[in-house]
Amino acid sequence: MSVLALRSWLLAEVPGSKGQARCQRLFIGWLAFRRNPVAVIGLLIIVSLILIALLAPWLTSSDALEPNLGRRLQPPGSEHWLGTDELGRDIRDRIIWGSRITLYIVGLVSIIVVPIGLFIGVVAGYIGGWVDTVLMRLTDIFLAFPRLILAMALVAALGPGLENAVLAIALTTWSPFARIARAEALTIRNSDFILAARMQGVSTAGILARHVAPLCMSSVIVRLTLDMAGIILTAAGLGFLGLGAQPPTPEWGAMISLGRQYLIDQWWVPTMPGIAILIVSLGFNLLGDGLRDVFDPKSGG
Amino acid sequence: MKTIKTILLSLAAAALFASGASQAATPKNTFVMAKDIADIITMDPAEVFELTTGEIIANIYDRIMMFEPEDLQNLVGGVAESYEVSKDGKTITFKIRPGLKFHSGNPVRAEDVAWSLQRVVKLNKTPAFIITQFGWTPENVDSLVKAVDSSHAQITITEDFSPGLVLNAMSAGVASVIDMKLVMSHEKDGDLGYDWLKSNSAGSGAFSLKTWKANELVTLDANKSYRHGAPGMARVILRHVAEPSSQRLLLEKGDIDMARNLTPDQVKGIMGNSDVAIDGYPKGTIVYMAANGGHPILGQQEVVQAIRHLVDYDSMADSFLAGQFVVHQSFWPAGLWGSLETIPYRQDVAKAKSLLAAAGHADGFELTIHTLTNSPFPEIAQAVQANLAKGGIKANIVTLEGKTLWPKYRAREHDIILARWSPDYVDPHSNADAFAHNPDNRLEAKLTGVLAWRNAWADDASNKLAVMARNELDLDKRKQQYLELQGMLQKTGPFVIMFQQNEQVARRKNLIGFVSGSNFDLVFYRNVTKR
Amino acid sequence: MAAADSGSTVAGSNLALPPKLVKISGFIASLILTFIGLTAITFTIGRVMPADPVLAIVGDRASQEVYDQVFLQLGLDQPIYIQYFKYLGQLLQGDLGTSIMTAQPVADDILRFFPATLELATVATLLGIFVGIPMGVFAAVNQGRWPDHVVRIIGLIGYSAPIFWLGMIALLVFYANLGWVAGPGRLDVFYDSIVEPVSGILILDAALAGEWEIFHNAIEHLILPASILGTFALAYIARMTRSFMLDQLSQEYILTARVKGIPEWQVIWGHAFRNVLVQLITIIGLTYASLLEGSVLTETIFSWPGIGLYITNSLFNNDMNAVLGGTIVVGVCFVGINLLSDLLYKLVDPRVR
Repeated sequence: MSVLALRSWLLAEVPGSKGQARCQRLFIGWLAFRRNPVAVIGLLIIVSLILIALLAPWLTSSDALEPNLGRRLQPPGSEHWLGTDELGRDIRDRIIWGSRITLYIVGLVSIIVVPIGLFIGVVAGYIGGWVDTVLMRLTDIFLAFPRLILAMALVAALGPGLENAVLAIALTTWSPFARIARAEALTIRNSDFILAARMQGVSTAGILARHVAPLCMSSVIVRLTLDMAGIILTAAGLGFLGLGAQPPTPEWGAMISLGRQYLIDQWWVPTMPGIAILIVSLGFNLLGDGLRDVFDPKSGG
Repeated sequence: MKTIKTILLSLAAAALFASGASQAATPKNTFVMAKDIADIITMDPAEVFELTTGEIIANIYDRIMMFEPEDLQNLVGGVAESYEVSKDGKTITFKIRPGLKFHSGNPVRAEDVAWSLQRVVKLNKTPAFIITQFGWTPENVDSLVKAVDSSHAQITITEDFSPGLVLNAMSAGVASVIDMKLVMSHEKDGDLGYDWLKSNSAGSGAFSLKTWKANELVTLDANKSYRHGAPGMARVILRHVAEPSSQRLLLEKGDIDMARNLTPDQVKGIMGNSDVAIDGYPKGTIVYMAANGGHPILGQQEVVQAIRHLVDYDSMADSFLAGQFVVHQSFWPAGLWGSLETIPYRQDVAKAKSLLAAAGHADGFELTIHTLTNSPFPEIAQAVQANLAKGGIKANIVTLEGKTLWPKYRAREHDIILARWSPDYVDPHSNADAFAHNPDNRLEAKLTGVLAWRNAWADDASNKLAVMARNELDLDKRKQQYLELQGMLQKTGPFVIMFQQNEQVARRKNLIGFVSGSNFDLVFYRNVTKR
Repeated sequence: MAAADSGSTVAGSNLALPPKLVKISGFIASLILTFIGLTAITFTIGRVMPADPVLAIVGDRASQEVYDQVFLQLGLDQPIYIQYFKYLGQLLQGDLGTSIMTAQPVADDILRFFPATLELATVATLLGIFVGIPMGVFAAVNQGRWPDHVVRIIGLIGYSAPIFWLGMIALLVFYANLGWVAGPGRLDVFYDSIVEPVSGILILDAALAGEWEIFHNAIEHLILPASILGTFALAYIARMTRSFMLDQLSQEYILTARVKGIPEWQVIWGHAFRNVLVQLITIIGLTYASLLEGSVLTETIFSWPGIGLYITNSLFNNDMNAVLGGTIVVGVCFVGINLLSDLLYKLVDPRVR
């Protein structure tokens, strides 16, 4: 199909199929999104992150992670764009490899948090009654827990390491998603098409899975993107405290931690990873803002 | 516009406050030191074993025998003016200096000396082993350690220890002389004053404890009537600053007089500052690696020998360890009596590979290095990881906080551990007992205080020599035996000893008189003055 | 999603009790349940931790004999649930146990450390309010034009930057290089113990005692960490204020007011902002609560002796009494503030009922 034909198909007045309707919705959303330059910047940042992570082996030299004590603490220059660290490793290369870890954290946390949050939220909101109370009590307890402290305690208990840090972060961030999903489910549960589905004999599980959950998805995704920056910062914070990725893994927070004693004379060692974290968080925040504007423009911002 | 006005106003307010910023230089009669003092958990000499507290109580309490800042190599009497050793070498009688007084004003008597030692044995806390190894138990100590009269205290040992060793032990923290009358007046439920002494002091040394706020500061007040004269400073404050870079900033700004925890790179950075001087003090802390003898591959002596040849000691000592660690390869630190100072190992990859091949591991193998999270251990671990890779050994690194690491080590759950060790008291037996003396290697024996046991290594020849040297009465013979023992452990056993610490202390140029000896508690504040 | 996460529900009851009573008892019940859940989880984590509390007391060199003695002393040989119930019992009597690290009762420690965090969080939140709200209003009023973009960027950077990194750099620039503020720590050491701790909040105590030099010194130490922490508060508050204001300014009654000829600033502040105030209360509550628990990293960089640092150090030393005590206190405050904001919000906003 030529571009013109594709465009007219996407903008047709009456969609011919469910698939076409979905594509149309996405396309219109994209058009609205595109109008917001700041959001597009956010998207570009995230896409760059993904590309850099994928292309890491080709973008870095082969011995990027090897200590080379002869060239420690070199300032940024033509040979090492961002300088070298306390063991002589090229900082730009380590940041590039670190992007994989950042994506790993982001991905893993999302995979854990979204299903759990959705599940608990829609079940609580739709079924209501004592199920709702119990589940919300559980949510409240986790919500009540000082987040960073709970994450620290969990990691300290499970042993330091990237996976444990991710698990700890996930366990401390799922609560708001349950809340959101529940709020949406509450609004939806008495609507006509749900009643219709019930009369048709669809099971509760079926209703939840095929009707309620998808409608909650957009709010959850928006909230997830907005929270992503916080998750990255928490992971960096854990790395900073020595509870996350173990050396010599180039996790950005750990890089700042091990480099912070050099801040005064070799400022680039802790600063570069800090800037990387800043840019990626910024990207997620901008992206999240943009998505929220598209899906729920009334909430402003 | 309202917002701009608000912003400007608040900035102005901030500037107003800041402009009055008094450049806080420290007062002339107060010595302010920045150090990581998080390891302090008690001030009771019968319980103290941590580095910072050891140093503090050395300045609060006088001990029976002491090393003085004017001559750190020579053991002299502290509270004891002189001593007499019996013919069989098993009884020592100390004459107490006349006219000594505690901070409270109470006179220092032989009863206080005897009671202080008895108390250590009866409370039986961690450092008690230093004197209970002489055969003292809570049941017999009152008869073996006693005041003969109010100016003579006598100790009798039941094991065959060299009197030289016993006298050295009397210079350790557990031999601090405590004010019995004062402490017993605060006794609770027969605890010998244990609860009160945790955060108070009752000594006769150069300073008394004014405050201890955990993880914040320790304040010491000068004892103007100290037997060596009033200390140079009226007050000493140890300020807790966990971040080395914060310590550096504070020092450069003159907010503190001394920084104790600067890293080598920060020392390099601060050297250009004309207000700051750097002093180096060789210390007794050793950095070593130990291989778990229970590991099927690491239990083979050739493999450990190969590792000794794979480590590139010099390149670490010349780069990120420069100035603060020197290469040292025997278990008793250099600069102390009886130390072996030969350096037999340099990196030799070819030799290492042939050793590994002879042991049947030409293709290498995988292992984990456990170590501490604080610098320089992660850096050393990473450098060693790269060194080992040259021999085909793939090492994974796990960094843990001390409190999490030690249980693993004590339970023999490690492959290779990278850790540090400092002597408990200034006698070679202190380290020989840990590295070379493992009388019972069974898991049930739980000799968790013995490093050799933790690494599941016991050697008859080594055990015999360690005990012989411990008991030897002739000093020259004894020294030879320790040299031999260290040489033995350089070739056999699980230890790869790598570095010895050189403490670098950064101070404002106007502060002089600080003395730091090779043991962790041989640090003296009393001669410090400001020009 | 203009509303913050709304408060908890109470299971519907068909008892013939006055609804207010049901609501309050439900409130209290949920508090108690949350409290129990909090303590149970923390306690379990503590017992599962690989860091050894006995070693924290006896040290690495201890023989097995000394180790065993302390092990029994700490009651670690008993099954977990017995230990937990013993702990709970002591807790209800106000005894939080003794800290291994400080050799003091945990309750005393918390009374010493908590006000420091309170001081920091309060000043940071105030900064967030007094700078953030005007910024947010300003941005909303100038939506789409450059002031709006500037505010949004400042806000975004504010909470995209890793706070510990920001703190490090601020310390370097403002203390080391410019000398505008005092260094890490709460007070210069020689001022220590001069002012009697009445409220624990240094600037208050110093002012009450008339010790103006100490007051000045305390402010110098406070201003930088509070600003760093406040950047977060500021960013979030400005963002939400902007969002709420945009919502209000697009409504009918604003148009009507303008048409009626009411001066613009009165329209903004007298009408639109008034309606936003209510929602802002929840936001401020949330911010304050999260600053309380999020101060850990700031306290680390600035050597600020607050509860975050206390809990962190206790965690690394496996000083479980201290961790539990600290977490419970912070957790209770956290829950309390959130529930309070929820309540306020529900009371004032008729739409949510």
